[in-house]
Amino acid sequence: MHEMMVAESLLKTISAEASRRNARPIGATISCGTLNAVNDETLRFAFDAIAKGTPCEDMRLQIEHKPTQGKCRKCDRDFEIEFSQPKCTDCGSEDFALLPDAPLMLEEIELETD
Amino acid sequence: MEKVRVGKKILDENDRYALENILLLSRKNKLCLNMISSPGSGKTTILARTISELAGKIKIGVIEGDIQTDLDAERIRATKAPAIQINTNGACHLSAVQISDALSKLPIEDLDLIFIENVGNLVCPTDFNLGENAKVVVLSVAEGDDKPAKYPAIFAKSKVLLINKVDLLTSGASIDFDLDKVKADARRLNKTIEIFPISAKTGEGMTDWCNWLIDAATRV
Repeated sequence: MHEMMVAESLLKTISAEASRRNARPIGATISCGTLNAVNDETLRFAFDAIAKGTPCEDMRLQIEHKPTQGKCRKCDRDFEIEFSQPKCTDCGSEDFALLPDAPLMLEEIELETD
Repeated sequence: MEKVRVGKKILDENDRYALENILLLSRKNKLCLNMISSPGSGKTTILARTISELAGKIKIGVIEGDIQTDLDAERIRATKAPAIQINTNGACHLSAVQISDALSKLPIEDLDLIFIENVGNLVCPTDFNLGENAKVVVLSVAEGDDKPAKYPAIFAKSKVLLINKVDLLTSGASIDFDLDKVKADARRLNKTIEIFPISAKTGEGMTDWCNWLIDAATRV
């Protein structure tokens, strides 16, 4: 359940951004690569649990998963890796380099001002 | 309603500590390896045997991560190597701030190589940089040969794969494990991964692994 640490970090950043702008956070969009072991339901559950009684209570979390990219060593193209069958989607070669996975990012916050 | 672009890394704080750890270790030319596997793959047995085989060649210290107890640190200390135990009290992975604290308690100056034995878990520890030079993933043959396909992230991100308990393959035990399939699946994800089939119990394959460590520790 490492989503708890992600949720704590998320809560801290959102709270700081919202209070700096004197606004109430109502939603947030986060993104991560597919190799990040983030389970959407678990993260929402963890976030809801620690956000209780804070200005972040009842916030909507939108989680976007970015596909991991590979670079084919045969045809030199970048492609989205399908982990059940990892090979170049253009030429079918299994010789490729794994490109760095997208990090966990807080992309956007929706704020409401009174 | 207003939408605000933030564009901030969520695990920023962990990464900051990880960077501090990397800087500390690289300034002192120490190699640090983060060992990750499921519970029961034999990480601690591998470490104890590795320390014994490398006695007099390279000096090793260990940071042990477990949810509870200091049983693993005790097993390492029995080999005379220094060991610091971290209890995560439920957390499924080690984080960089815990490593930073443990490094301050280890006699780093006297060591060549620091092993971090992460909490037994093939998933969560993969996402948390601790400041290591490389990740070492351990898979034991009893776990089955489908793990690189099922848990690709850790095999994609590791520099070394240790396939442990290979003595079971020739023991007559009823184990279906295709060594070549695991190697091929791991290399499909990670072309340059170093693979060592070993048995920490019988010592099979340990020499190649230990030679790799000596080489890696002298190249830091």
